[in-house]
Amino acid sequence: MERGGREYALWSIGIAVVLIFALIPVLWLISISLKPPEAITDGRFIPSEVSFDNYKSLFEGGVEDSPFIKPLINSILIALTTTVISIVLASFAAYAIARLEFPGKRVILAGALAIAMFPPISTIGPLFDMWRALGIYDTYLGLIIPYLTFSLPLAIYALTAFFREIPWELEQAAQVDGATPFQAFRKVIVPLAAPGVFTAAILVFIFAWNDFLFAISLTSSDASRTVPAALAFFTGESSFTEPTGSIAAAAVVVTVPIIVFVLFFQRRIVSGLTAGAVKG
Amino acid sequence: MSNGVATAGTSDRTRSEHRLAWLLCAPAVIAMLAVTAYPIGYAIVLSVQQIDLRFPDEGGFVGLDNYTSVLSSQLWWTDVFNTVFLTVVTVSIELVLGMAIALVMHRAIFGRGVVRTAVLIPYGIITVVAAFSWQFAFAPDSGFVNNLPLISDEMDWFGGRFSSFAVIIMAEVWKTTPFMALLLLAGLVTIDGQLYEAAKVDGASAWQRFTRITLPLMKPAILVALLFRTLDAFRVFDTIYIMTAGAQDTESVSILGFNQLISRLNLGLGSAVSVLIFLCVVAIAFLYVKVLGTRVEEGRPGN
Repeated sequence: MERGGREYALWSIGIAVVLIFALIPVLWLISISLKPPEAITDGRFIPSEVSFDNYKSLFEGGVEDSPFIKPLINSILIALTTTVISIVLASFAAYAIARLEFPGKRVILAGALAIAMFPPISTIGPLFDMWRALGIYDTYLGLIIPYLTFSLPLAIYALTAFFREIPWELEQAAQVDGATPFQAFRKVIVPLAAPGVFTAAILVFIFAWNDFLFAISLTSSDASRTVPAALAFFTGESSFTEPTGSIAAAAVVVTVPIIVFVLFFQRRIVSGLTAGAVKG
Repeated sequence: MSNGVATAGTSDRTRSEHRLAWLLCAPAVIAMLAVTAYPIGYAIVLSVQQIDLRFPDEGGFVGLDNYTSVLSSQLWWTDVFNTVFLTVVTVSIELVLGMAIALVMHRAIFGRGVVRTAVLIPYGIITVVAAFSWQFAFAPDSGFVNNLPLISDEMDWFGGRFSSFAVIIMAEVWKTTPFMALLLLAGLVTIDGQLYEAAKVDGASAWQRFTRITLPLMKPAILVALLFRTLDAFRVFDTIYIMTAGAQDTESVSILGFNQLISRLNLGLGSAVSVLIFLCVVAIAFLYVKVLGTRVEEGRPGN
C-alpha cells in the first residue's frame, strides 16, 4: 500500500475533524460556564475573561437553598444504588446463562432483548399512577426500580459475554476439590470476573446517570430529582435573566468526571458496549 | 447423594443445576418484568377508560374512544411524521458516518486510540447536557454558530420547524454515532483480510472491495446496529424536550405521550398514545426481524 505523505496528511485531517467535532460541545460548555454574566451573550467561543461566579452560585446556600447540591447527591446515590443492585442480579443471571444448561435460557435472553427495545414512554403513565398509589412517587426507590429494569438487559449481555471468556476448568477443579457449584462461583469465578463486572458497572452507572424521562416524570421536588431533570427546572438570578451560565457550570460539573472516567477505562467500555455484537 | 450410583448422581446433578440456574435468573427476570410487562398491561387497561386526574370524579370504561381520539387528531399524525422523519434522517446519517469511523478505526495507519477516545466522549455525556450545549451554541443571542462564516448572524434556528430539526438531528447524530461506529467495527473485524488481498490481486478497486466484500459480509452486523438505533431514535425525547419542548411543530410521539400523561394528567388518553407507541416499536422490530431478516439471536444477545 502506498502510504505517502499525502495519505498521512489526509488521515491527520480526518482524525482532527472527528476529535474537534467530538469535543466542541464540551469545550463550549466549559467556555460558557467561565464567562461572567455580562459576557454570556457575546457569542465568543473562547471567553475574553474568566470568572468562576457561575460555579460559586451553584453551591451558594448549602444543601437547602442551592438548586444543584441536592440533585447532585440524588443523582450519585440513585445511580450508585442502581449499579450495585443491577450488577448483583445480572451477575447471577449471566453466570447461569454462560455456564449452566437449563430450559428457558433462550427465553430469558430473548426477553432481555425485548426489554432493551421496549419504549420507556409506554411505562410512564402506569408507573406514575402505581407509584403514587404505593407512596414511592418522588422517592429514590421510585427511580431505582425502573433504572434496574432497563439496565438489566445491558448488564446481562455484557456480563454473559465476559463470563464466556473465563477459563472454566478452574471452576471444575474447585468442584473436584469438593466445592459446591455456588462456592465455585463465589470463590473462583467472582475474582476472575471482576474486570468484566466492573465494566458492566460503568455501563449501568452511565445509563442511570443519563436518564431524563423517568427523572422528570416520577419526581416532583428536590427530594429525589436528579441532575438532568433539575437542569430543566433551573431558573435565572431574576425572572429576566436566562440561567445559561448556571446550567453550563452544572453541566460541566456532572460531565467532566464522567468523561475522565470513560476515557480512562475506554478499552473496557468498548468491549462492554459491543458485547455479543458478533457471534463468537 | 454423593455415594449414589453414577446415573442417579448425574440426573440429580442436572436437576440441581436447573434449579440453581432458575434461582440465579429469577431476581433479574422479576425485576425486568416488574416495570415492563405489568405496566404495559396496565397501560392497556388505562387506555380504555376515561381517566383525567384533574377531574377525578368523571371516568369509566369508554372502549376504544381514546384510540379514536388520538388517531383522528392532526397532532398525532404530525408527531408520527416528525418522529419517523427524525428517525430516518438521523439513522441514515449515523450509518454513513458510523461506517466511515469504523473503517478509519479498523484500518488506521495511526491514531486509532485517538479516534476511539473521541467517539467515547459523546457516549459519556448526559443527553440533556449535550442538548443544552448545542442549544446554547445555536442560540441567536449567546451562540457562536451564527458568528461562523457562511452563516447569517440573524439566523433564528429555533424559530422554524426544519431549522429546529436540523439542530436536533445534529445533536442526536453527535450523541449516538459512536455507538453505531463501535457496533459496526465489531462486525468489521470479523471479515477475513485475505478476501481483500485476493480481490486486490484480481484488480478490484477500493470501492468494489467495499461494496462487494465489506457490505455483504457486514449485512448482519449492519442490520442489528440499524435495528437498535432505529428503535432508540424512534423514542427521541430528551433532546427535543430541552431544545424546543415541541414548539414549531417539532413534537415527537414520546413528547406527546409525556404531555398527555404527566403535564395534562390525562392518563386515559396518554395511555392510548403509550400503547400506540409500543405497537409502533413492535412493528419496527417485526419489520427488521421478519422482513429484512435481522438475526438478532446471533447478533447482540451473544447466542
